[in-house]
Amino acid sequence: MRNLKRQLLAGPYILWMAGFILLPTVMILYYAFTTTSGNFSLLNISSIAFSVHLKSLVLSLQLAFICTVICLVLSYPVAMILNNIKSKSQGLLVFIFILPMWMNFMLRILAWRMLLSNNGVINSLLGTLGLPGLDILNTPKAVVFCMVYDFLPFMILPIYNAMARIQPDIIEAAKDLGAGRITVFFKIILPLTMSGVISGIIMVFVPALTSFAISDLLGGGKVLLIGNVIEQAFMQEYNWNLGSGLSVVLMVFVIASMALMNSHGDGEGGSFT
Amino acid sequence: MNKRLIDLQHISKSFDGQMVLDDLNLYIRENEFLTLLGPSGCGKTTTLRIIGGFEMPDTGNVIFDGKDIANLPPNERQLNTVFQKYALFPHMSIAENIAFGLKIRKKSKTYIADKIRYALKLVNLDGFEKRTVDSLSGGQQQRIAIARAIVNEPKVLLLDEPLGALDLKLRQDMQYELIRLKNELGITFIYVTHDQEEALTMSDTIVVMNQGYIQQIGTPEDIYNEPTNAFVADFIGESNIINGTMLHDRLVRILDVNFPCVDVGFGNNTPVDVVIRPEDVELTAPESGMLQGDVTSLIFKGVHWEIDVLANGYEWLVHTTQMHPVGSHVGICVDPFNIQIMNKPESNDEKAVESDA
Repeated sequence: MRNLKRQLLAGPYILWMAGFILLPTVMILYYAFTTTSGNFSLLNISSIAFSVHLKSLVLSLQLAFICTVICLVLSYPVAMILNNIKSKSQGLLVFIFILPMWMNFMLRILAWRMLLSNNGVINSLLGTLGLPGLDILNTPKAVVFCMVYDFLPFMILPIYNAMARIQPDIIEAAKDLGAGRITVFFKIILPLTMSGVISGIIMVFVPALTSFAISDLLGGGKVLLIGNVIEQAFMQEYNWNLGSGLSVVLMVFVIASMALMNSHGDGEGGSFT
Repeated sequence: MNKRLIDLQHISKSFDGQMVLDDLNLYIRENEFLTLLGPSGCGKTTTLRIIGGFEMPDTGNVIFDGKDIANLPPNERQLNTVFQKYALFPHMSIAENIAFGLKIRKKSKTYIADKIRYALKLVNLDGFEKRTVDSLSGGQQQRIAIARAIVNEPKVLLLDEPLGALDLKLRQDMQYELIRLKNELGITFIYVTHDQEEALTMSDTIVVMNQGYIQQIGTPEDIYNEPTNAFVADFIGESNIINGTMLHDRLVRILDVNFPCVDVGFGNNTPVDVVIRPEDVELTAPESGMLQGDVTSLIFKGVHWEIDVLANGYEWLVHTTQMHPVGSHVGICVDPFNIQIMNKPESNDEKAVESDA
């Protein structure tokens, strides 16, 4: 009886899931595999092979990959430094690093548009110093730049958490057994933070792959990611079938990348799914 | 006597302005089982960590086999540590854990495989090579931690309260295991504990520490029978520590009664601390006692009765195999050989501890 009552507590969430996750997914799948007249068709899916669509998918994968690599390279040392600070300021520093997450996503992108523009803060500063201007707005560079800025905390946090879980005496034990700094890093610290690295990669790569707002606002219509193509199909061409078809293709890539990463995580705590 | 293997000279160490060790001098002989014993915060773990290389002393030398290693990192020292919380590598199998040090020393595969088998046999865990760390109990993990350390054939094994997290029965078994290991391996053990029974059971030499100072160094028998001050007497086993006056050689006055003893050289009419172990207090018929008192408490402890006797204003702790009911009137006798006289403490760290926490 009590068990039943407890299970009822999950009711609201199950309703939510059914209405806002399950139903839309079913609808997307329905639209993806039908024509506007409602007949079964694989045309929406196969349209990914159109050169425009294929180009934007490849570009999306490239930019998401570059963004993930940059985030990883930046985050790992940061997480190590944060973890090595053994004082009261540690909590504050971690807080500062994740502070950008608390600001509105669109606001952050718009701020970068202002900062990077030809007459923006960065360029006038470079101009006063007599340095050449930074002309990256409306290019893939600006998009990657902003992606890194937006998604960096999602990489730092899981790696930092994994690192903080390593007991100091494990490191001491490794040193005691003859391991130098490099061996300690490659044999102990890196393997024990792998779960955090994998969570971080998934949490950066997936939103980077599917993003469209950043390329919209910082790409100036010249950087067309697969997210933008899907957005256009829905919002401009009102072709829900094409949009859904491309979404399903993208979903396959997302699920494949997550499965690939999780298979390397050998079930250790931090997987994202 | 074996030669000195480790010599700690004038070691001082403070953390955040707080003195933990003050001018500590200590040597450890080859093949010795030496125990650093003391309450928490006495500096015993810091001493061990300085020997292990995990802390650098502020001043002083750590001489190991004739060379000063005070500034050498732990990975360049010929000793290995068994940590209190085992510190096994959770992402490695048991075999990989044990092989860790050997792989760094680039030993051959067959050598490593042989060593793993030998070490597991030594700690009675044959066939555990493929197991994961998670699947082992605390006692088993501790044995693996020992195996992981000894395969490297260190000259010295440092053990930091290795039995602290185990339950009583397992702890006692492991004490005998450690003595056996020590004898089979023939290496020097430096052992840190706050458990006096552990120290008495296993050690060749006990170093009693308090508040960063060494209080006494000696064999377990010396430490137990001839404590040099009230702190040691109180920390090692239970004691009656009573204020007394040394009237002259071989006669001490306690609680207004004169007791013959065997100690000499304290001068005449000197205030002293008198230590009498509870098992050395004899309860007799009232009329044949040196002083008389009343039983105030009686507790059965298995091998003996623990009895409190109030006599001449002092509550005597007595261990005896004879039962005396609460309220009974008894006499108290002490053999002159069982009275230990000590000078009054000169500093704070020599005082008896307030509670036996």
